[in-house]
Amino acid sequence: MDFLLSDEQQMAVRMVRDFGQKEVVPIIREWDRRQEMAPQVLPRMAELGILGICVPERYGGQGFDYLTLGLVCEELEAVDSTLRVVMSVHMGLNSLALLQWGTEAQREAFLIPQARGEKIAGFGLTEPGVGSDVAAMASTARRHGEDYVLNGEKMWISLATKAHHLLWFARTDLGSAGDPHDGISAFLLETDRPGVTRGDIHGKLGVRAGSTGWVHCQDVRLPAANRLGEEGEGFRIAMSCLDNGRYTVAAGATGLIRASLEASLRYANERRAFGRSISGFQLIQQKLAVMVQSYEAARLLYLRAGWMKNAGMRNTRETSLAKWYATDASFAAASEAIQIHGAYGYSDEYDVERYLRNSRGAMIYEGTSEIHQLMQAGYALGTRKDAELRCELPAYDPAYWRTPGSAPAGRRMT
Amino acid sequence: MNIVVCVKQTPDTAATVTVENGKVTWGDAPLVLNPWDEFAVEQSLRVKEAHGGKVTVISLGPEGAREALKQALAMGCDEAILLQDPSYAAADTLVASAALAAALRKLDPLDLALFGRTSVDSDTGVTAAQVARRLGWPSLTLVAAVVAVDPQGRTIEVERMLEEGRQQVRAQLPAVVSVVKEIGEPRYPSFMGIRKASKAEIPTWSAADMGLQAPSPAVSWPALIAPPRADTHCEMISADSPGEAAARLVQRLMEEKVL
Repeated sequence: MDFLLSDEQQMAVRMVRDFGQKEVVPIIREWDRRQEMAPQVLPRMAELGILGICVPERYGGQGFDYLTLGLVCEELEAVDSTLRVVMSVHMGLNSLALLQWGTEAQREAFLIPQARGEKIAGFGLTEPGVGSDVAAMASTARRHGEDYVLNGEKMWISLATKAHHLLWFARTDLGSAGDPHDGISAFLLETDRPGVTRGDIHGKLGVRAGSTGWVHCQDVRLPAANRLGEEGEGFRIAMSCLDNGRYTVAAGATGLIRASLEASLRYANERRAFGRSISGFQLIQQKLAVMVQSYEAARLLYLRAGWMKNAGMRNTRETSLAKWYATDASFAAASEAIQIHGAYGYSDEYDVERYLRNSRGAMIYEGTSEIHQLMQAGYALGTRKDAELRCELPAYDPAYWRTPGSAPAGRRMT
Repeated sequence: MNIVVCVKQTPDTAATVTVENGKVTWGDAPLVLNPWDEFAVEQSLRVKEAHGGKVTVISLGPEGAREALKQALAMGCDEAILLQDPSYAAADTLVASAALAAALRKLDPLDLALFGRTSVDSDTGVTAAQVARRLGWPSLTLVAAVVAVDPQGRTIEVERMLEEGRQQVRAQLPAVVSVVKEIGEPRYPSFMGIRKASKAEIPTWSAADMGLQAPSPAVSWPALIAPPRADTHCEMISADSPGEAAARLVQRLMEEKVL
């Protein structure tokens, strides 16, 4: 067992941390107040290669491993959750799905521009009336010759107004009485197609410096070549995407715990009460100690999941556990950070109130904390088994990831 | 253009540096590429991008200085060399400049040697000028902008930042240039650069490898003293009127010999 990060993982972490500190920390409060995404964030993340961090070089990425993806997410969310949300949808929920399920033509058309950051990608699963109960979705895709016609609305979609590509889920089993889980298909939807309308939602509790919105499809024609995977495979594809999205959420929430801890340490050493620094009081120390414990545990849990991804091992259980633990702990840590800051923590003069608001959403999206508890109980009781997948996320193979050029013949990852 | 950039590894500027048992310590704070040298690396890469060529980064320091060299490689430098020798153990700038000048001679023909204006740890700010003197090259210090480089005509034109204003200076190549932060924000390492840097083999040159008889240091540090801790406390002055408060304040300041 090896707990050491490689030189290049450490350097990547430092680079992303420098970017966040220099370019985002000074402006984030203002954009959070405005409830808008700072316009330079996505272009800079693209330019620096962050948007393609763990995609093989041959598909336009930087050729790093899945662990580095987690480490980068930790650094991003230590600055602001909205930066990590970009990685969750663009990389975790969309680009890695192309790596896992895409045909060579789909990877070339969609994955390459996404990894290069030329196109931004999102994920359209949740609907106004459907969250945890994915199989009950109402969006439809009717086959018309060589095309599908999409109708329906997706809600709470990250990067709704920024994404060029969406991984869109819709029913294709219209009129069938079969298992609704088998009636969903996945589509690669370009958002500039006629019939696509979208908008951002304002007034959210947190992730205010990000874009979260709705996307509506009205008779959108899509070539059958834009279907990801087979017809009826959409539910399994969506769940496999969540194994990757939840990983980035877990890693990010870990970064949020760290940010709460660091802010608390700073403030506890500065603030004096009853003639001494408040860091000398045991009840303050207890809060700090719990944050240290949560941080270390959350980090170990997500790094294990990342290690399993590198090894090509199925990690649904481990990723779910990491996501559940880290997001609940990040909310608790941010709340205690506010308590340590007292009234100052309650105002946006300090960052910790933003940490609390940002942490809350992650206990709902990508599987609510309750869903993760049901999953963990199911694994423990032996009532839950991971379904076999036709395509698994490929194991990290540095030789393959770091060879430029097109995929060699005879080597199919699917 | 054949460019060399000379860098040093220093404690992070955010580190709390103090003295323990007669030795400087920065606790477990990370060591970094000297922040001023990041500007020199940036400038070296800009010259290379404009005129082509190669950037070699060199550092005199302990084994750990490889990390600073890797950072420069990740930013885009092509090659790195670490200068190490037992005779550098208590190096002052005289020793350091002799070693750096010897390395530059070994790397000749060169067009340009870049330095940060100073290092944040020892803060002498003279190494660049000493290297220039040893090589007999023009020394352009406190450079805030490189205005023009003419590799064919063998000239360089720079703006030096002086207290009185900016001074435009032209010199022959090869030249030594030390830069200030106005030169422009250093770039981040790229992921591809990081991959290259983490695999890089960094050769070590000893004094003998460069045919150098290192001089003895002219300066030693017989004692290191941490500045005494300032013990501050806050005293509130209250009075019935602002005039009375001001009078009491003046009295207190005079008692404390501030006024």
